[in-house]
Amino acid sequence: MSRAHMISVRNLDIVGHRPDGGTVPIVRDVSLEVREGQMLALIGESGSGKTTIALSLLGHVRPGCAISGGQITVAGHDVTSMTRHELRGFRGRTISYVAQNAGTAFNPALSIAQQVIEPARVHWAMTRQQAERKMIELFRALALPEPETIGARYPYQLSGGQLQRLMAAMALITDPEIVVFDEPTTALDVTTQIEVLAAFRAVLADRGITGVYVTHDLAIVAQIADHAVVLRHGQVRESGTVARILGNPQDEYTRELVAACRIPPRATPCAPMASAREDRVLDLSDVIVGYGNRTAEGLPERRILDHVSLSVPRGSTLGIIGESGCGKSTLARTISGLQPWAAGQVVFRGEALAPAVADRTREQRRRLQIVAQNADLVLNPAWRIGATIERVLTFFHGMKGAEARAEAMRLLDMVRLPHALLERYPAELSGGQKQRVNFARALAARPDLVLCDEITAALDPVVAAAILELMAELQETLGISYIFITHDLHAVRAVCDQVAVLYAGHVVEQCDSQSLTAGAHHPYTRLLVSSVPEMRAGWLADAMALRHAEGAPAAQRRADGGCQFFSRCDMRMPGQCDRGPVPVHTLPDGARIACYRSCADLAFPGGVAPAAPLHSYES
Amino acid sequence: MSGMTTGFRALRLPSLTPAQRVMGLFGFWLVLAVCGPFFAPYAPGQIIDTEVFAPLSHRHWLGTDYLGRDLGSRLLYAVRYTVLICTLSTAFSCGCGILLGIATTATPAWMEQVAGRLMDGILSIPSLLCALLVIAAFGDSLLALVLTLGVIYTPGAYRTSRALALRIARMDYITVAVARGEGALFIIWREILPNMRGPLLADVGLRFIYAVLLLSNLSFLGLGVQPPLVDLGSLVRENVLGLVYGSGAVILPTIVIGVLTVGINLVLDGTSRR
Amino acid sequence: MNARLARLVLRRIGAALCSLLFVVVAIFALTAALPGDVADMLLGQNATPDATQALRHALHLDQPLWLRFMHWCGGMLHGNAGNSLLTGRPVSEMLAPRLYNSLLLAGATTLVAVPLALVLGLACATWRDSVFDRVMTVLTLGIVSVPAFLIATVSVFVFAVQFRVVPALSDIRSIHSVGQFFLTFAMPVATLASITMAQMIRMIRACMIDVFSAPYMEMAVIKGVPPVRIMLHHALPNAIGPVANAIALSLSSLLGGVVVIETIFNYPGLAQLMVDSVMSRDVPIIQACTLLFCMTYLFLTTLADIVALASVPKGRGA
Repeated sequence: MSRAHMISVRNLDIVGHRPDGGTVPIVRDVSLEVREGQMLALIGESGSGKTTIALSLLGHVRPGCAISGGQITVAGHDVTSMTRHELRGFRGRTISYVAQNAGTAFNPALSIAQQVIEPARVHWAMTRQQAERKMIELFRALALPEPETIGARYPYQLSGGQLQRLMAAMALITDPEIVVFDEPTTALDVTTQIEVLAAFRAVLADRGITGVYVTHDLAIVAQIADHAVVLRHGQVRESGTVARILGNPQDEYTRELVAACRIPPRATPCAPMASAREDRVLDLSDVIVGYGNRTAEGLPERRILDHVSLSVPRGSTLGIIGESGCGKSTLARTISGLQPWAAGQVVFRGEALAPAVADRTREQRRRLQIVAQNADLVLNPAWRIGATIERVLTFFHGMKGAEARAEAMRLLDMVRLPHALLERYPAELSGGQKQRVNFARALAARPDLVLCDEITAALDPVVAAAILELMAELQETLGISYIFITHDLHAVRAVCDQVAVLYAGHVVEQCDSQSLTAGAHHPYTRLLVSSVPEMRAGWLADAMALRHAEGAPAAQRRADGGCQFFSRCDMRMPGQCDRGPVPVHTLPDGARIACYRSCADLAFPGGVAPAAPLHSYES
Repeated sequence: MSGMTTGFRALRLPSLTPAQRVMGLFGFWLVLAVCGPFFAPYAPGQIIDTEVFAPLSHRHWLGTDYLGRDLGSRLLYAVRYTVLICTLSTAFSCGCGILLGIATTATPAWMEQVAGRLMDGILSIPSLLCALLVIAAFGDSLLALVLTLGVIYTPGAYRTSRALALRIARMDYITVAVARGEGALFIIWREILPNMRGPLLADVGLRFIYAVLLLSNLSFLGLGVQPPLVDLGSLVRENVLGLVYGSGAVILPTIVIGVLTVGINLVLDGTSRR
Repeated sequence: MNARLARLVLRRIGAALCSLLFVVVAIFALTAALPGDVADMLLGQNATPDATQALRHALHLDQPLWLRFMHWCGGMLHGNAGNSLLTGRPVSEMLAPRLYNSLLLAGATTLVAVPLALVLGLACATWRDSVFDRVMTVLTLGIVSVPAFLIATVSVFVFAVQFRVVPALSDIRSIHSVGQFFLTFAMPVATLASITMAQMIRMIRACMIDVFSAPYMEMAVIKGVPPVRIMLHHALPNAIGPVANAIALSLSSLLGGVVVIETIFNYPGLAQLMVDSVMSRDVPIIQACTLLFCMTYLFLTTLADIVALASVPKGRGA
């Protein structure tokens, strides 16, 4: 068997050139092998060198980098010694690549079809007619809508999930022996991710393609790969079969990584829905936020949030989940007064809040703090950490000089950061440290409610897990309430008591966070929950089997009432769900669901949830 | 080996931040403009020799001009007028432009509309033509020159600072400050401005160069600084006949303009490339 | 052409018309603000109250400002820009031959500068940070940061005075052969072209580097697309818009350059006439010249924007 190893990398070293002439190692002494028909996962956090290795398999290094040692053999070719001309014939023909962000990897000036059939055309693999037939066949296999005509469109007209599948079609058009996937689903919503994954898997299995799959998400590894290599700082930490690495990790870092992906649901029971007004720290009722012309009732025509009602019980955490564009971030801006609402009421600690932050009292602003999403943008780069925190102390508590400094140190202790950081600038801090400072700044105001907007989204899993732990700890010691906005259901289950599900600006459900996988739920909640990858082999197949036929995502909001989720719903009742106001059911445990179906209909079909919750909740 | 490199490094100039380099170079020219004329051996208008376009000599180091005046003295006065006029006009254009640019990120939308339209309007007249038009109307007094150059380069400063301020205003730390209830002045002065310093400085430097170029061109055309005052452009103009003899009277001011603008531009280019 | 593109183009033309209106008002306002009465100035020592009054009436100076503005605009629309204060001849008659000469100069320069700048800018971006790129960067930076007259005087000194290969002054009335034509034009066109090109090369280089660093360009390399095809098929369609804008913006430095070059080479063009008129305060000629230049500039920038809009599928609404 001459091709026992389709890919063989030996002692690969890649260095980056610094402007001053020095070099920094990016990849150090990496060796790996992939047999024909296998899928290898390259696992690592940002900066682990995983993309650099993946690109080097195609003989490509980014400008400023160079292969400084080692050997790469791919499908019998010695990649490091190939001429430019040979590489051109090799790339896109023998081995092809699916990039992380299809939105920017497609040329905006060319139609999809032009780009998808290009590899076949430049390698003289087939005639234009053959290539086009092949393309349509691939579009169909990848479950793309309108496979015959989608090729005539331009990248800006298509969604992220569609582009990612189209990019896979482009990679497969020449029937390559090897396909390299570089985090192809990272930028997608979970509900889209599962579809793309299922499409990839079906096509790969069908064609017996050898693959390399770059990712940081272990749950995806479990679905798609046979073998895995764990990377950190450009070095291999551990390699082996996926089952062994996920089930019995040997290396310390791998163990940490696996633990971070298995955040356990919270151990303490959830705070119940607070029925009494005094028990709630924040209450939103029928809040409408939007833009555009005013309707006859004086409400905005285009709405980002529509009749949103929520409540946060005192001392507990309300999670808000939903896919990108559902209005999560607008909700945070609305509550904090940065985006005034057009109608509705927000009551904070028994007082009605003014829509605009300028009209709120200092006390109200102090008690409601926001911790924003991107740690890189949230600290003023011109200010030292000490100045950032002390400004809040001066502003709200009038502290100055040594008093403020002592308090700032106490706050750093609280978020587990060394005092030396007070004299540093944000650029000198890591992402996790910045997010902790961000938290310390919010705590400096001594708030009652902290709004956390996607605070873990930009962090590596190990760092994110530590931040979640810190949140829970602070809640216990300080008794603050949180609104936790995220798209990560694991995080929701780890820290939240209640969870509100947002879809297209509507709260479709508010329920207990631990009962998400059992009992009666809105069809969208169920879709969302069942789309979150789990770290066990075979989850993808199970989850797809559970799915019912789902309609194409709604292209635009329905103006004439009816359920926003109608066009994607697997339980829709045409003629009923698409008109009139949506009824809201209140369950015995206080959960609320906005749906036309009865509660009995909405209980998990088949009665079995994909994963049982740790504790059962009596309803 | 490592000892050698560190020793070598110690020999080099102390490393300066890009901002310090720009300020240093500009400071040198400003000092020369203010103090230079005190060291001039002759009055700028004094005819000291019967020989016109005299070569370099002991008596007058840089030779004489087309009337037999001391070129060195005239050059020192020319640098004074060029640098001071351009500094004032740049201060005017960047002062107005930056103030408006940042202010309109916080004021009602209609103010931004009005300012934007006005700036677009000024921008739609090529700068040299705009200068000719204004000078035709208001004459070529020094004040008119400073204001003309100032108005012409205001839209550029406005656009740059507005784009910068808008980018920074979208940052989360501004959001947090607004949610905290900080006043608009605090946000502009403490949160936004410190982060604009680097790019703004580069922009100010660029506008200074543009002003020098435009003023020199105007004076060369005979529409800028008028005799008996003298700037670098008019120095070239009045001595242009000396070109035929290769006289220093026309070559030296040309070189001074080149050193002034290219020098600042090179430092700026170095900063933008890091 | 479809509805979406048409709407965008119309909006862009509307914006250009707004700018034009601003320019027209500004030109009129500035020249109306001229200190001293034009009638007094014209008549000089011969001024008697009656004569001044008659002239003021003839020049509509006794009418309110807005009426004079309307009158002036109306005249402009009919191609009647008034009479020169200095010579008394109609402005249009004085402008026509000058305009022709200026267009000849600008046209010849554009013909030389644009293709050369495209090639050199593209070369700089392609071989970024090579010796060639560094030399070009320093050279273009040098040219854009010295005044136009400096380049002109230096080249006169070198080519006309030292080597005597070309005449220092352009006398286009003495052209009798093709050879003479090229020699007379060589200096002004070469000087003007070098100024314009320096600006263009810098901008085109920046645009192309921007396009080259886009992720889809890396993707094309990874697909195994040959370099020539990458250039023509992937880079070019995305570069047309920014490059068109870069060229249009650089042509404004051409307009500024024309003024200086025509004066230095004593070239009988529009710009020289304008400079002379500014010195003699010949208002109608200043107005007409400025308006002509501004309209050309507005036309070019608007055209570039429309090209940029039409060059991307999103703009086309395809």
